[in-house]
Amino acid sequence: MNRDAIQQLVETITTLTAGRGRVQIMEICGTHTVSLFRSGVKSLLPANLRLISGPGCPVCVTSQGYLDAACELADRPDVTICTYGDMVRVPGSSGSLAERRSAGAKVTVVYSPRDALKLARQTPSRKVVFLSVGFETTTPGSAATILEAAAAGVENFFILPGHKLVIPAMRTLLAAGDVPIDGFLCPGHVSVVIGANAWRPIAQEYHKPCVVAGFEPQNMLEGIAHLCRQITENQAYVENVYSTAVHDEGNIVAREMVERVFTPADETWRAMGVIPQSGLMLREEYRRFDARDALGVSFGPDVSPPGCRCGDVIQGRLDPNQCALFGKSCTPLQPVGPCMVSSEGACAAWYKYAK
Amino acid sequence: MCLAVPGKIVAVRDAEEEQIGPRGVVDVQGSRVEASLAMTPDAHLGDWVLVHAGFAITVLDEAEARETFESLNLALGDEPT
Repeated sequence: MNRDAIQQLVETITTLTAGRGRVQIMEICGTHTVSLFRSGVKSLLPANLRLISGPGCPVCVTSQGYLDAACELADRPDVTICTYGDMVRVPGSSGSLAERRSAGAKVTVVYSPRDALKLARQTPSRKVVFLSVGFETTTPGSAATILEAAAAGVENFFILPGHKLVIPAMRTLLAAGDVPIDGFLCPGHVSVVIGANAWRPIAQEYHKPCVVAGFEPQNMLEGIAHLCRQITENQAYVENVYSTAVHDEGNIVAREMVERVFTPADETWRAMGVIPQSGLMLREEYRRFDARDALGVSFGPDVSPPGCRCGDVIQGRLDPNQCALFGKSCTPLQPVGPCMVSSEGACAAWYKYAK
Repeated sequence: MCLAVPGKIVAVRDAEEEQIGPRGVVDVQGSRVEASLAMTPDAHLGDWVLVHAGFAITVLDEAEARETFESLNLALGDEPT
């Protein structure tokens, strides 16, 4: 990291935004949210530049109905739930997966969907359900794992699909229009898969600058500086300051894999309702791996805990510390909503770094 | 959840019958992790890749990968090694 370069970028950003009133940039990705805090970048920015966290933490956007279905499956004696760690502590309508695990349910934290498939093959008497949540970065791995399960004829491996697509959610936010957004800091690793060009419709149709950035401090500041320049010049196009990893077309092999296994479907987002074509369902050929069909569960209503404003937080309407529960009845140790649970949640980041 | 970490491929194993691609052993700052190379058909022994949830998702330029790694460590609060 080059300290002079960082200093210079901060000066550039300050100069570009001076005298402009409030400038609002949304970082969509939860990993950006936490990296911006952790690295101190957020504290270096001028007071009139506001970074808003968007709906980009997979755990935070997962609906209550999804969690309740996962808990219902965990309650069955012949089911093992495999999940990424952050999902375990999110409170559902009747407790969390962690509470069920304490009560004897089989809930296993995995690093990769491949670990879940491996466990299914090692324990053929159990039904192994992988909680397949996440954005475009994560989905190709789920697709590859389904292909492998199909090729190996595994019959006791299932996924509970909760995949989300970023761009339809951005369109929903922009169409609602109640949060002024001047530009988007686009997620680096989602872009590795979908490609920098994927953001063009947002830039062109909504006249919003889009800059793809990685996660190191200098690169995030470069991204913000490019956004500020476009905003100052009233331009709106796609720039990519993370070309080390991100190509214009993304990872075509990964995208084709996803296409083979999944097809776009309407999806419920926490507190945002159903967003058309913003999720992915298994194609007919692979539908037998869908835990909903195979094990007879369905997603119930998305009801937020009383007083919880995670829905407003993930849509940029509210900073976490403006929620009445923040730091009082809702803390990382006793979270009420998912944004306080996930290490990438805006509320957890605010609590840890800005309280 | 979308964080991916850079590492160097130190071994490649051919795909077994039902696997959909070769497997690599990737050195991520001294820790060896297994990663599927199914999505990075151009990745070879010695290449740097970004690994996410058990899959290499792209091949990186080595010099840039090292730099990314050092900066990420600083961002995550650890001293670079």
